[in-house]
Amino acid sequence: MTIRRLEEQVCRLKEPVCQNHEAVVIGVSAGGMKALEILFSRLKKDCNLAFIVVQHVSPGSDEFFVRYLNERSVLTVKQADEKETIKKGYVYIAPPDYHLLIEEDRTFSLSVDEKVNYARPCIDITFETAAFAFDSSLIGIVLTGANRDGSQGLKKIKEKGGIAIVQDPKTAEVPVMPREAIHRVKVDHILSLEEIAVFLNNYCRTPDKG
Amino acid sequence: MQKLKPETIELNMLLEAIFVRYGYDFRNYAKASIKRRVLSHLSDAGCQTISALQHQILYSPQAFAKLLFKLSVNVTEMFRDPDFYLALKKEVFPQLLKRQRIKIWHAGCSTGEEVYSLAIFLTEEGLYDRCHLYATDIDDHALSKARDAIYPVKEMKAFTTNYNNAGGRASFSDYYRAKYDFAMLDKALKRNITFSNHNLACDSVFGEMDLIFCRNVLIYFNRELQDRVIGLFKDSLAENGVLCLGSRETIRVSKYTDVFEDMVPSQKIYRIKKQS
Repeated sequence: MTIRRLEEQVCRLKEPVCQNHEAVVIGVSAGGMKALEILFSRLKKDCNLAFIVVQHVSPGSDEFFVRYLNERSVLTVKQADEKETIKKGYVYIAPPDYHLLIEEDRTFSLSVDEKVNYARPCIDITFETAAFAFDSSLIGIVLTGANRDGSQGLKKIKEKGGIAIVQDPKTAEVPVMPREAIHRVKVDHILSLEEIAVFLNNYCRTPDKG
Repeated sequence: MQKLKPETIELNMLLEAIFVRYGYDFRNYAKASIKRRVLSHLSDAGCQTISALQHQILYSPQAFAKLLFKLSVNVTEMFRDPDFYLALKKEVFPQLLKRQRIKIWHAGCSTGEEVYSLAIFLTEEGLYDRCHLYATDIDDHALSKARDAIYPVKEMKAFTTNYNNAGGRASFSDYYRAKYDFAMLDKALKRNITFSNHNLACDSVFGEMDLIFCRNVLIYFNRELQDRVIGLFKDSLAENGVLCLGSRETIRVSKYTDVFEDMVPSQKIYRIKKQS
């Protein structure tokens, strides 16, 4: 499918214009590095959203991938620091071996509580706390992965009136996690990575002046 | 003024009730994490709402004890962050070697895994006999587990990997005896450790420490309480005293930032500056 047709298709989606949306939480596991690169290399500078990414990684991972992603995106990619205020135009990556939580005042906090869904960081924890902090102004996205983390949190995002997007399992490197999310949540969109990028660029860009 | 959500108001009132009724002060904890714990406790307590739980704990100390247990559970492991322990041995231990008596405070020791990690390395570097370790926590239940030094045997594999990566000189299995599903740490590691209850939110200074360990505790506090605790550490450190925080914690945003100099910034090891 050409990008043009893709844009037409996405524009036809009957969606509330998400200029009210403020943040996107993304959960990704196995196959995540490639998926995140495809997504973030396509996002435009005027994409008026804050991105919070929870990727399952091993405890000892260094910041290589954060730097790598930062070089490939026009947005600023960094590890989330505790107490940091969440700002639009930034991509925050959960640090390895900590859960990443969103406070009601839209700052980050970290915890070393027990693993959930065999994972720390756990996607559900970030999604659930983000849903409480951002209510309906949140978009939740579940991408490729080999377990069932994320669907519980995606459900919470829907309950609060946010948008739920899942990567089309047919296009996912590992389809288990997206499939599980689609099975357990009434999701709004099932899209490929390229389509998700188009969706975010079209619907969430800075409003034109004048 | 920021308008609070009803659920947040309920949570704040619960924490206020706990403080007034029982003296435990969770009011300056980071809210998202404590809320998760409270919400997950609701079904165990048979309550529909946080307000119902508040009523229950006000009238039942037994019910409060269960909630307190849930709120203070902390997960820890031996030699968590091996690179930190490598830096500790390389940069901090040589400074300690110059001293005859070494006082160490491990604040928020939970069930003791990291206290014993430190004890093992102090032993291997020939420092242990000169040391006294004060290990404190808010939770008596955790302290009693720490005193026992008995851990599930299934964790020994991960601890062994961490020990090796942290530059352990011996074989980790020399330090414990396995029996059924449990592993008991060598009793000799305990001889210079004193475990006691101390609450960082309201208790006072510990005197003249050469080294303070407080790793992954501050992340559970709000800015205000973080500042209080770092102030407490500042006042508890001896000349050239060293402060070790968790890998994602920093004193660089606190009001006491100027009091400390970097020793190993990547591992969050700081030293108190000389008083001028």
